Amino acid sequence: MRFWKRKRDDAALNSILIRRPIQRYFWLFLLPTFAAFCVGFLYPFCKGLFLSFCKFKTTSKWTWVGLTNYAKALADPSFMHAFWYTAIFALVSLIIINILAFAVAYVLTQGIKGSNLFRTVFFMPNLIGGIVLGYIWSMIFDGILTHYGTSILLETKYGFWGLIILMCWQQIGYMMIIYIAGLQSVPEDMIEAAKIDGATKWQTLWRITIPNVMPSITICTFLTLTNSFKLFDQNLALTGGRPFIMQAGGLTVKTTEMLALNIVNSFYSTNVNSRGVGQAKAVLFFILVAAIGLIQLKSTRSKEVQQ
Amino acid sequence: MKKFLALLLTAVMVFAMAACSAPAADETEPAAESTAAPAEDTSDKPAATGSVYYLNFKPEADAAWQELAKKYTELTGVPVKVVTAASGDYQTTLTSEMDKSEAPTLFQCGNQGALNTWGEYCLDLKDTDFYKEMTTDDFNLFGENGEVLAAGYCYEAFGIIVNKALLEKAGHSIDEITNFETLKAVADDIHARAAELGFDAFSSSGLDGSSSWRFSGHLANMPLFYEFRDDNVTSQPATITGKYLDNYKAIWDLYTTDTATTGADIITATGDMSSGEFKEGKAVFYQNGTWEYAGLVEAGLKPEDLAMIPIYCGVEGEEKAGLCCGTENCWSVNKEASEENIQATLDFMKWVVTSEEGTTMMAEQFGPCPFKSAKTPENVFFAQANDYIAKGNYVVTWAFNYTPAVEDWRAGVVDALSKYVAGGSWDDVKTAFVDGWAAQYAAEHAE
Amino acid sequence: MSKHIETLSQEQRSKRILTFTFAVIAVFYVLPIMLVLINSLKSNSYVNMETFALPNAKSFVGLDNYKTGMTFGNYPFIKSVLYSLFITVVSSALILICTSMAAWYIARVGSLFSKIVYYLCVFSMVVPFQMVMFTLAKTADTLKLNTPWTIPIVYLGFGAGLAVFMFTGFVKALPLEIEEAAAIDGCRVVFPMLKPTMISVGVLEIMWVWNDYLLPYLVLDINKYRTIPIHIQYLKGSYGTVDLGATMALIMLSIVPVIVFYLTCQKYIIKGVAAGAVKG
Repeated sequence: MRFWKRKRDDAALNSILIRRPIQRYFWLFLLPTFAAFCVGFLYPFCKGLFLSFCKFKTTSKWTWVGLTNYAKALADPSFMHAFWYTAIFALVSLIIINILAFAVAYVLTQGIKGSNLFRTVFFMPNLIGGIVLGYIWSMIFDGILTHYGTSILLETKYGFWGLIILMCWQQIGYMMIIYIAGLQSVPEDMIEAAKIDGATKWQTLWRITIPNVMPSITICTFLTLTNSFKLFDQNLALTGGRPFIMQAGGLTVKTTEMLALNIVNSFYSTNVNSRGVGQAKAVLFFILVAAIGLIQLKSTRSKEVQQ
Repeated sequence: MKKFLALLLTAVMVFAMAACSAPAADETEPAAESTAAPAEDTSDKPAATGSVYYLNFKPEADAAWQELAKKYTELTGVPVKVVTAASGDYQTTLTSEMDKSEAPTLFQCGNQGALNTWGEYCLDLKDTDFYKEMTTDDFNLFGENGEVLAAGYCYEAFGIIVNKALLEKAGHSIDEITNFETLKAVADDIHARAAELGFDAFSSSGLDGSSSWRFSGHLANMPLFYEFRDDNVTSQPATITGKYLDNYKAIWDLYTTDTATTGADIITATGDMSSGEFKEGKAVFYQNGTWEYAGLVEAGLKPEDLAMIPIYCGVEGEEKAGLCCGTENCWSVNKEASEENIQATLDFMKWVVTSEEGTTMMAEQFGPCPFKSAKTPENVFFAQANDYIAKGNYVVTWAFNYTPAVEDWRAGVVDALSKYVAGGSWDDVKTAFVDGWAAQYAAEHAE
Repeated sequence: MSKHIETLSQEQRSKRILTFTFAVIAVFYVLPIMLVLINSLKSNSYVNMETFALPNAKSFVGLDNYKTGMTFGNYPFIKSVLYSLFITVVSSALILICTSMAAWYIARVGSLFSKIVYYLCVFSMVVPFQMVMFTLAKTADTLKLNTPWTIPIVYLGFGAGLAVFMFTGFVKALPLEIEEAAAIDGCRVVFPMLKPTMISVGVLEIMWVWNDYLLPYLVLDINKYRTIPIHIQYLKGSYGTVDLGATMALIMLSIVPVIVFYLTCQKYIIKGVAAGAVKG
């Protein structure tokens, strides 16, 4: 790293030679992406932020209502339920997925027969889309649960663990790949040295391997966390929020509804008066996800500097 | 410098190639898309002044509408685009479509809930030529000042469809059934001998999304209707009491007891399964509506073996009940559309209810329609609906048209029914029914 | 190592046990997909009732489900496949070309504007789709970006963040001398160097676009254009016409291309995932 950096500094003066012609062709290099970025992100983002302070049915007809939407969003029991449900789900899936993925990666890097085949198989579910995954697993769970006279749509706990199983099936392979990359970069001689010093396998794992794959652990932790918080397709296809709980006063709480689905539902439900509230929820959701994401960026960057 | 130009040139070429690939694909569009192309293709034709965009909500009528639209375009040159929302998704689709630059000019506004939401988009149809073709106001929806905001273009009836041949095989006759007790007696008897007879009383009452609307919508109409009748409700009530929910429970219990599909299996059972059982002669009773007729006959059932009886649920005096007649099929014209498009839409509507092609299709797809030149459909269920009326029985109107936030309310009821069939408490259903109504109403009317 | 023959054989034995255990787990891992295959060969009513049973004489319907599936749900399945394929390929290509060029500009021209664009891109990476979905759908419609032919522009816009971030990181790490050399040989030098990053980004974008449900669902005119995920979701919804057998057949058909793609490009996909995760 240092070697490259110095070279670049030396070349900094020359870079003007490259810079000028590129700069002149700004429209070619930057404009297409930037224009699309404005259409696909920047404008909708700003408009969305604005509309979260408005009451609206369609984007063209709005009236300013200030912070009312936010107050309503925070007072909405279904939203708060979705938040806690999502948070608990994220925590549980984070622990289970990471432990299993690490274990699998660890075994697969021990040089057992068929490692490549296993890696291929374990990663495969990742490429299947969330909607399709949801239907596959709802078929499986219902196939099992009907024998016991029940259904995944009946009990919150079935929906919860069902989604955990689904997410494990999908994500362990992905995290495993990252852990394998991390494990392969653990210096061979360090492990050899530990062996010669008479360390047991267990000791080697805890003292040498795990500290060395800390960057991978950080990445996977954040990935599983953001994935859980943003989860939508699987949630929609597996339970769609069912079962419901009717609160006193008739407010429905969809017990397996996660944040993203809750937001989409408040946008596109029959009751269009909640649309502004939906947008306010989306802004809150964004702040939450962004906070997690930014901490991740920061921590991975600080790790890079350390190396 | 030269080298840089070379580099840039390469970059430009790469980019140009990428840019070309997108428009080039455009040429395949007309080939890939045949049904809804006119709206776009004719935009530069000077002849057509307006165009029609109909957002249809009956998937089963989609093909017929597409064909009719094509015919109309051939005749008049006016482009008609018909889009059909996936069932259960009509509100979502309408919401997103209404926000688009080419919003629907003609859409469905089938009940009070929809009118609460979309009323401000609905054109008053009172003085239109189309409206003058109508024979009754019974199925129309009105605004606060009597504006005709939605025109009911057909009506439907639902009840319990009976396979008379099977009923006779089981040693019973349809005349025996005049109220809940007699219905239950017949059904219990058939169910008890199901193994011997080879068929059961009721087809499955699945709560999968493809079937649950028969119970959260149609069956739920019974307690709603009787309650509203008692209380003289004529506009959407903010709350309901659910005083006839015991009757709802009675008939639901009957459906889910005297049948082959019971317990948690009901939760995932689909509409296809239920109609399949009835078509294959595995069930005598099947709750559904007039719209099923064509499918049943097509499946080989003889019209003379089919009958539809009222849904009896143990309410006093129900011996004089008729079928549940009403409609959710109401047209509204988008006020926000351009004047040419509104005119084109009204012309199209008039043509549909007056022309030979239009009335034929309407009679085939929708049965009896309240228009002067409407044709009489050959559907025995409608004949029966009329018989009951002729005998002086009262029509069970579609009280569920007052349901606030229909899809959300129904989803709550379905969820509670699911819990109930798997051994849960009936109280959940009551809560979903009564409290759910109040909550959805409050949310919809919240400022 | 040959000194410890006993421990070696013990290690070998434990490795064998591990291999065996993993083989069992692997079987369970592919089981869900096998179940889809099995059920796609059964008739409708048996899918629900006997999910785990192999098809027997009574329930086996051969390829009937695949035949009905083709036109099932009021929409030809083949059209969704073609739309999905087109949107995925064009969107990914567009993202790769445009963002790599933009990233190069950002990395080489340190103007305030390029810095702003860069940080906006980084920012966009942490914004969930729900935040922009409603307004994005409206904007895309106003600008006529609601067809499969134009939706890649939406994907470019919403997906630019990650790609620009990854490419910029890569270009910044490239020594300038190489580009000076590139000035002599044209693009032949720079583009091959970008290849590994291109593949990483490409894999991530392809996986995203192919499986994406909500964005096309909200942006596209769903009655004319359905991608595979939309099609599958719609099968569940229709009144009265849920044919589970046909649904399973279609799910199978939608998985097969993914598996073929995966098995052929496995090396790149796994590398891309590892690289993408480290950077993103």
